[in-house]
Amino acid sequence: MKQKKAVRPQTEPSAQAVALLEKPESQFKEMWDSLRENKAAVLGLIIIAFLALVALIGPFLMPFDPDQSNMSQSFRWPDGTHWFGTDQLGRDIFSRIISGARISLTVGLSAVAISLVVGVVLGSIAGYRGGKTDTVIMRVMDMMLAIPSILLAIAFMAALGKGIDKAVIAIGLVSIPEYARIVRGCILSVKENDYVQAARVIGNRNSRIIFKHILPNVMSSIVVRATLGISTAVLDTAALGFLGLGVQPPAAEWGDMLGRARGFIFTAPYTLIFPGVAITVTVLAFNLLGDGLRDALDPKSRKN
Amino acid sequence: MSEVLVEVRNLRKYFTVERDFFGRPTSVLKAVDDVSFQIHKGEAFGLVGESGCGKTTIGKMLVDLYTPTSGKILFEGTDLTALSPEKRRAFCKSIQLIFQDPYASLNPRMTIGDIIAEPIKINHLLPKDQIEKRVTYLLNCVGLANHQRNRYPHEFSGGQRQRVGIARALAVEPKLIVCDEPVSALDVSIQAQVLNLLDELKDEFGLTYLFIAHGLNVVKHISDRVGVMYLGKLMEIAPKQELYHNPLHPYTQALLSAIPSIDPTRRKQRIILSGDVPSPINPPDGCRFCSRCFKSFEGCDREGPVLREVSPGHFAACRLFQK
Repeated sequence: MKQKKAVRPQTEPSAQAVALLEKPESQFKEMWDSLRENKAAVLGLIIIAFLALVALIGPFLMPFDPDQSNMSQSFRWPDGTHWFGTDQLGRDIFSRIISGARISLTVGLSAVAISLVVGVVLGSIAGYRGGKTDTVIMRVMDMMLAIPSILLAIAFMAALGKGIDKAVIAIGLVSIPEYARIVRGCILSVKENDYVQAARVIGNRNSRIIFKHILPNVMSSIVVRATLGISTAVLDTAALGFLGLGVQPPAAEWGDMLGRARGFIFTAPYTLIFPGVAITVTVLAFNLLGDGLRDALDPKSRKN
Repeated sequence: MSEVLVEVRNLRKYFTVERDFFGRPTSVLKAVDDVSFQIHKGEAFGLVGESGCGKTTIGKMLVDLYTPTSGKILFEGTDLTALSPEKRRAFCKSIQLIFQDPYASLNPRMTIGDIIAEPIKINHLLPKDQIEKRVTYLLNCVGLANHQRNRYPHEFSGGQRQRVGIARALAVEPKLIVCDEPVSALDVSIQAQVLNLLDELKDEFGLTYLFIAHGLNVVKHISDRVGVMYLGKLMEIAPKQELYHNPLHPYTQALLSAIPSIDPTRRKQRIILSGDVPSPINPPDGCRFCSRCFKSFEGCDREGPVLREVSPGHFAACRLFQK
């Protein structure tokens, strides 16, 4: 009648498997191993580490005072003394770029941190609860999206006052809707999955279901968006700076340098090229890392 | 008969399909409409019916994934529908669910060891240092090897994943397990293994099953009593042998005739039903089955039959047996 033997196939664990069992690898280590194999991600990480180092020990690397203008030295082409040339006020561009790394990285990271935390919380609540909660949260987000983000940031700046810290808050606030929408969309697609229902059946609370079962499965999209968001934040700071609302002169900020030098694009292209390259490299590094993280965070694409 | 573990009384679940401008429902899908049955301790109660007849909805109401529109679910005498959400959640330790699709029911970012340990952790069933041992034991119970515990679900086959799902359900030591078509997503050779495993675990852990399936042949293997559903209503309930040898309801007769047989002498006349299942959004008045029934007669389309005991333990909802 019933083939009882077939019910429970028993396999003897191999020596290697037993060794594996004794030392269960932490998830972080597995992710790290996977990330290390991705050459592009490693390159991104190296650039970011380099930028972070420059931001930290910048003052010791600068050959000149980045804020000291010297009209007699203005518009010098790059040479042995001024590696990246000098700008319209005779300030050393190399020193200003080093000085700007600190501002750009801080602004990018903190603005994204603000919008990420608030956006993830709002998006999760909206997506998971649904119904009226969803409608209220998402309509508010739509209202924020309806106003061009830079205009909204200017409005926030007008209310908060000038300064780089206020700029960070303003840029963080205006990009909340983007994160909220992405997170809500991801949660809507994941929450109907059987494993989320299974999590409810075994007695999980809603908060644990969101953080343990839903968010890890939508992390990849959020991480990728956040790395892109850092670059957007850097550019937004530049725009605010150009309008005189972000960094206050003479502080050096890449986007601000780019904006102020745009009139000299034909006569002194180096005044634009070097800040532009700095922004591009930073953005690229975060994007490479983001892509690598997305793959590393997904156990399915991990190589054994 | 032994004592009743679960009793479902006049259970209804309506889904609103459309609402008008003011939010009032204009179109309602009656997924489960006035269903009552009992499950006794230690038995396997089979629930069969075509896709969309409401059998999974009943299962999901039992594990609190859906809230019933009306009716009662009595679990050992406690009405689960009257409890606060907090108290209701405590019953997850007593009623567990095995999902239909083993590919979708396991979190792809957790190792199978974590998946099985989770219900023990969040319900604080065991001190931390004993969880490990318990997981090992559960893995052995379902025929998986301990060294596989640090692997992720995508590294397993469908049958193995379903075993993980079974181990997760067993982890809280439930009294009732709702098996929602646990083998229909598996291929036939694996189906038998998983069914035998479920059968064995039932004795080992003293379990009671509500076994949902869309074919009578799977239910025949494992159930003690069988309920046949059609379009949100129970058509017939009978002990397995009785149902297979003496089906009363025309729908059950048609279902049984559709089981393929390899014995030529036992090949019966196949009853072919005409037409499609009517939409549960606007079910027919009277008997739900009358539009396809080959025995329907005057009045079937107006007067709905009630489920009544035709012979001891054998219930049927058909006007042929109303008097």
